[in-house]
Amino acid sequence: MSLLRVRDFSAGYETDLPIVKHVDMDISQGEAVCILGPNGAGKSTLIKAIAGQVRCLGGSVYLADDDITHAPSHALARRGLGFVPQTENIFTQMTIRENMQIAAELLPKARRAGQMQRLFDMFPDLKARPNTLAGALSGGQRQMLAAARALLTEPEVLILDEPSAGLSPKLVGQVFETLRQIRAAGVTLVLVEQNVRAALDLTERALVLVDGRLAHDGPTGALRDGKLLGELFLGSRHAEEEV
Amino acid sequence: MSPQVLIDGIIAGSTIGLGAIGLTLTYAILRFANFTHGDFLAWGAYMTLTVSGFLGGLLAGLGIGDPLGPFSFGWGLPLSLLAGMALTVLLTLGLDKVLFGRLRRRGADAIIIVMASFGASMALRSLLEFIFTANPAYFTRELQIAQKIGMGMRATPDQMLTVGLTAVLVIVLHVFVTRSSTGRAMRAVSENPGLAGVYGLDVQKVIRVTWIIGAGLACFAGVMSGLLVQIRPYMGFDLLLPLFAAAILGGIGSIPGAMLGGLIIGLAEAVTVQVVGAEWRAGVAFVVLVLVLILRPSGLFGRRV
Amino acid sequence: MEYLAYGAFFLTIAMTYALICLGLNVQWGQTGLFNVGVAAFVGAGAYTSGLFTTPAVVDRLGGFDLPIWIGWIAAALVGGVLSFLVGALTIRMRTDYLAITTFGIAITLQLAFQNLEWLTGGVFGMSFIPRAFGELQGRAIAFNMSNLALSAAMVFAVYLLLQHLMRSPWGRVLRAVREDETAAQSMGKNPVSLRLQAFVLGGAIMGLAGAVQAHFIGFIAPANYLPMMTFQVWAMLIVGGSGNNWGAILGAVLVWAIWALSGSIISEVFPADQQARAASLQIVVIGVMLCLILLWRPQGILPEARTSSRHLGKRSDKGPKP
Repeated sequence: MSLLRVRDFSAGYETDLPIVKHVDMDISQGEAVCILGPNGAGKSTLIKAIAGQVRCLGGSVYLADDDITHAPSHALARRGLGFVPQTENIFTQMTIRENMQIAAELLPKARRAGQMQRLFDMFPDLKARPNTLAGALSGGQRQMLAAARALLTEPEVLILDEPSAGLSPKLVGQVFETLRQIRAAGVTLVLVEQNVRAALDLTERALVLVDGRLAHDGPTGALRDGKLLGELFLGSRHAEEEV
Repeated sequence: MSPQVLIDGIIAGSTIGLGAIGLTLTYAILRFANFTHGDFLAWGAYMTLTVSGFLGGLLAGLGIGDPLGPFSFGWGLPLSLLAGMALTVLLTLGLDKVLFGRLRRRGADAIIIVMASFGASMALRSLLEFIFTANPAYFTRELQIAQKIGMGMRATPDQMLTVGLTAVLVIVLHVFVTRSSTGRAMRAVSENPGLAGVYGLDVQKVIRVTWIIGAGLACFAGVMSGLLVQIRPYMGFDLLLPLFAAAILGGIGSIPGAMLGGLIIGLAEAVTVQVVGAEWRAGVAFVVLVLVLILRPSGLFGRRV
Repeated sequence: MEYLAYGAFFLTIAMTYALICLGLNVQWGQTGLFNVGVAAFVGAGAYTSGLFTTPAVVDRLGGFDLPIWIGWIAAALVGGVLSFLVGALTIRMRTDYLAITTFGIAITLQLAFQNLEWLTGGVFGMSFIPRAFGELQGRAIAFNMSNLALSAAMVFAVYLLLQHLMRSPWGRVLRAVREDETAAQSMGKNPVSLRLQAFVLGGAIMGLAGAVQAHFIGFIAPANYLPMMTFQVWAMLIVGGSGNNWGAILGAVLVWAIWALSGSIISEVFPADQQARAASLQIVVIGVMLCLILLWRPQGILPEARTSSRHLGKRSDKGPKP
């Protein structure tokens, strides 16, 4: 069942300068998909535009049957789309608990306490010191908090922008382990990543963006040896491959 | 130096502090220095005065027009104040809709919005002068006797009431901003408006709430000043530099900071009047501002600028 | 014939405002600095020149009786030094802190003009400031025309100087800093120092303008240098076109004309006892006009002669989304 449907989607910061060009994307419930591509390809811009942070210049985005193309950014969390930006993804001047409370307030009152408890159980590091300022957390812990906050509202789709960015290999491992758990809980995952190895291990399908356009869409198996990916990144292959 | 300086400073500082709280909130959340804020105080005072003019006759007719207890005003003033606050809110929301909001949506640089606020403030101030003339006006004709409150200080019942109410307001606001969900939303937007949207917060709503709180406080401060001193078209403008200095001294975005900044400036002004002379009073806020910018630009409780 | 005299008088005052606008244009149009205390720099220049050139007066420092041009040079220097002090303090910080500080300077300096009687003559101001072409004072047309020629020449000279500077390497670097500070820095340019230089230059021109104005009128008082003046000058620059020196001059003449015209309409329409009250309407009109221009045509009548200026452009996308 198609959960996130993107059609002929263009986006960018200025009306006459699209960064994302006519992208088509179809993500089914339960899938884990990664978006790869060289620097400047528009991967981050694509998901930021889907999340309402960058202007949509054409095309449409549907979440299940819901047209969210022009929905304001703040409405999306309530409609089931969770987004974790790459940097500045938590409020450093508020405590862990306060960061979580803001998200919890999107839920009906009866569910708030239960959800907070559930997420704290899932991330014991956060549970240990809920009244610490988020700014005092380490890089890995900040990513935990950012993910926990996004998960609080039980999104159907969770979109993450380079969750491993700036983290040491050990922490990258922890983050991806957490993503595996999230996946196991039934959340559909969309991941923009530079760390190709980790992304291909976690996901089963990969979209490759080159110069703002979709250059490839297929199972991750075909990309594992790196040869196809290299050709796509360096521009000698443009074909889209469907399963 | 007589200890009267202390109480004089606290009284003046309370007005400055209340105005500065509204200013610091709009500064932190809307991200521009609003030069119209002083005129919100003046408009608040004048609109309250106008309403109380209508109410006065009505209440006297009902037999409840007399001053309450030891104070110089009757029921007319608190009731008019509520109406005045509502009207001031309408004024600020209207100004935002017509001017600031439009510039924001266009993506104008913050300094352009500051410039627009400068133009709007001159227009608003002069409009007051046109409608009400430059002659001072008063809420009440009742004279108050300053009473001894210990340690060689004197204060009128009006003055003590307004200081007390200010303290209550500040505490209520501080609890509101630190513990309520709207308060959290305001703090989130002041840190990072884009991320606030990602978290699910309606930034437009937070902006509206900020204007409402700022306007309400401005009206209250204006009425306070009008009650304790007098009402004139330039009353807000004359407070603008102390308001900015207090907000920056306290740290932009901090409510306790703004209040503390206001009290410090009020006290500094009172001391200056005693030691140097009343004619230099208006320069005190500038000296404080310069010192803050040299020594600690982020202010007492502010984030690093 | 008296229209001719009045016309010359009107235009001369407009020219002095044009000078102030040119100075402000360096600070705002070329450098993006919002100076809310223009009146202070103008007043400082006026009083300085007055101090150097007026004859001796009881109770006040003076009697140097120096020639007018020395007064004018001193005025420009004082304007520059004052700008340096204010700028050095705030240019590193966000532009709105500069705005607030210049606002404070204006209030404080006005207070100083009023209270330091031994220096400025206090509330009564300074009189007998020597007037250029003073020997023609009896003949209105000749006097006003000569002064018009002089002030127009000053405007033209400053205009040429600024145009030359804007086209020079210094001007190019200044624009580079305005458009993209980081890029300019990576090429070894020091943005803070450059902005400070521009701010000082603008302030010096304002001080000079204050002196020219003072010597034409012959008399100054603290009440001449109120926020009202700052406001008028800003309206002139924004209406005329910020970033464009011709715009600065055009805006000065145009807004001064609107001011004078609305003033005379008011004195015709309103009875004598309502004059002061009606005068505030003039300010409302100018204030509303300023806001409307910022909303509908922020570049003014004569826009900058290149692609849109940085401060009319977009904020970073961290700002609240509409």
